[in-house]
Amino acid sequence: MANMAQAVRMALHYGEKHLGVTDVFGEDVGPPLGGVFTATQGLKTAWNTPLGERGILGAAMGIAYAGGRPVCEIQFCDYAFNVLDMFKIAGNQRWVGAGGFDMPIVVMTPNGAGIRGSVYHSHSFEGWASRLPGWKIVMPSNALDAYGLVLAAIKDPNPVLVLLPKALLRQKDTRLIPGEPADADELSRMIDAPVGDRANWEPQWPELEDHTVKIGEAALVREGTAGTVVSYGRPLPLCVQAADELAREHGSTFDVIDLRSIFPYDWGMISRSVLKTGRVLIVNEDTEVTNFGEHLLRRVIDEHFYDLVVRPRTLMGKHVPGIGMNQNYELNSVPQLGDIRAALWDLATEAA
Amino acid sequence: MPDMNEDPPDLEDALLRRSTRTAAPAVIRSGREVMSVELALTVFRQMLRTRALEERSIKMSKSGEAYFWIGGPGEEAFNVCLGLQVHKGRGPAHDYLHLHYRNAGVMLAMGMPMIDHTRQLAMRATDTHSRGRNFVGHYSIPAWNVVPVTSVIEVQFAMAPGTALVQKRHGQKNPLEAEGITIVVGGEAGTAEGDFETCLNWSTRPDNELPVLMLVANNRYGISTDLDTVHAHRPIADRGIPYGVRNETIDGNDPVATWNAIDRAMRYCRRERKPFLLEAMVSRLHGHSSSSGAQRNWTETDPLATFEQKLIDFGAIDTATVRALKEEAKKEADDAVVRTMKEAEPTRDDVYAFTYAPSAVDAVYPNDFTGLPEARN
Repeated sequence: MANMAQAVRMALHYGEKHLGVTDVFGEDVGPPLGGVFTATQGLKTAWNTPLGERGILGAAMGIAYAGGRPVCEIQFCDYAFNVLDMFKIAGNQRWVGAGGFDMPIVVMTPNGAGIRGSVYHSHSFEGWASRLPGWKIVMPSNALDAYGLVLAAIKDPNPVLVLLPKALLRQKDTRLIPGEPADADELSRMIDAPVGDRANWEPQWPELEDHTVKIGEAALVREGTAGTVVSYGRPLPLCVQAADELAREHGSTFDVIDLRSIFPYDWGMISRSVLKTGRVLIVNEDTEVTNFGEHLLRRVIDEHFYDLVVRPRTLMGKHVPGIGMNQNYELNSVPQLGDIRAALWDLATEAA
Repeated sequence: MPDMNEDPPDLEDALLRRSTRTAAPAVIRSGREVMSVELALTVFRQMLRTRALEERSIKMSKSGEAYFWIGGPGEEAFNVCLGLQVHKGRGPAHDYLHLHYRNAGVMLAMGMPMIDHTRQLAMRATDTHSRGRNFVGHYSIPAWNVVPVTSVIEVQFAMAPGTALVQKRHGQKNPLEAEGITIVVGGEAGTAEGDFETCLNWSTRPDNELPVLMLVANNRYGISTDLDTVHAHRPIADRGIPYGVRNETIDGNDPVATWNAIDRAMRYCRRERKPFLLEAMVSRLHGHSSSSGAQRNWTETDPLATFEQKLIDFGAIDTATVRALKEEAKKEADDAVVRTMKEAEPTRDDVYAFTYAPSAVDAVYPNDFTGLPEARN
């Protein structure tokens, strides 16, 4: 029943206790705040850095060179742009150094819109990140996957970027993380820092167990025959909801694929589903020009052109400079439930 | 006719260039600084080897044996004095080196064979630093904590606090292994990047000061841009002042002064576990790189020639020995190139290699990158 922020926190605790995590750091990551989304509260190795993303990624690389296992945070992915060159370098170190140095770092950063974050707290980063060879990029759409993907990110000896959909960080999962108490209030009493003075507060961690979601494995969260929808992160629950509504109201069922890993992505699952349905829609909230979904579309066209029964399509964010503060901007530039439902219906009903 | 890029032969002035001293000296002096003759001769020999390698490297870039050359002729005194004082080894008990692309002298002084340099320059598959992928001088030696050099200016200054942080903790837990420091090197132009400031800031957090030796080799130019036109007329070393970082500016062309300044700065970092900013004024004898022609600039002070003259003046060496050492160094460089050019180049099969370390939690790339994700059964 944990929410995604709690799940990340528990995964990091598991990482500190069992997987050798030496440092969890970033702006406001350590006490007293424990992260602007509370994802790093109560962690033994969490510390606050100066306000500088270049120092954060640079220090992570240095710690990794010297044998540490760092997890760092860029407070919002909107602030990762001034450190793109260092992302590039972290991704190339092993290749360019002929395998001499591994780069086992984890970078977490909140991604996307949905929290009324206005122009500078609503960007999507996966398109940029997908252009960073050497990295692995994951994005959970629920708390249990967040736990499993953060554990995988820590275990993987390569640089892994964990994109956390901002709008889902407070969403509770219906499933339990192994070891998590069944009562959500009890969990909160154990691991959420109190409001106000927390100088003497210490978390009571549950005895958590391993639950690793392998990098590169998507989840087939709904099965159907009328079409395939591929999504991840924030729009994924909306895709599920739209598919459920269409199943209930019209009897049209869909394969809903939660990609979970942006790179490497689970081409096998996409490919099998497209072969089955011949109809595919790719949904994400990133801006639509040179969007990661376009790469998936390219592969669908390259490898399944003659298997498709209708044109493959995408539903993505509008190509606008940002998400405006008034809600009408977001509602009209980021795919909403109604948009997804309409696109799915079109996909399913277009004559072959 | 000697190559215009090489030092002139000294056959004719051999007679003139003989010390009037009658007994061999024990030390070489430079102002208040002293260096034993034994050490001075070691430094001199490594400087000669470095120069020979750089000059041979420039020839390679012009002859078609290689394409791009960049390096540090004119910085031999600084580089060799640094390389000879590194605590070499693997892991946080030893020094970490975050170098830039003018540090061949550091590596030769540390014991790297010349061929490890020429293999990278000639883009061979045998290039241990980068398998023929990177520019020359972009070393990577895990066994010596030399992390991969990048062409991107100054990023190494953002990484240095990370290795130093691990070293400081390691020393606190293991008092017998508490002298490893992080050495980060860049030019003066790069200090305009925020990463330089990042290093100062991150190395001076209260109660978390870090043992980082920040070295700035100031050759007064960023490619073509004169430092005096883009930076306040203050020493780069002054940039340490607001952070309370100890600092010094030295004549990096004077091996005696440089050796002692590096020694002092290193001792401070090793024992106090705090940063030090050392600025060394150096020469740039062949311009920025082959992109600007790499022609010898004879108006710049040559640290090798001045040290040679000093050693002769002190009676520590004679011209016949100097000549023999130069010939030996040239032959060493030539031999390295001859061997290098016989070695294999990387092939199509090398393109993806070493992208990813093997991972038990990656369903697509358990061993290494193999191209776009494939459908699996």
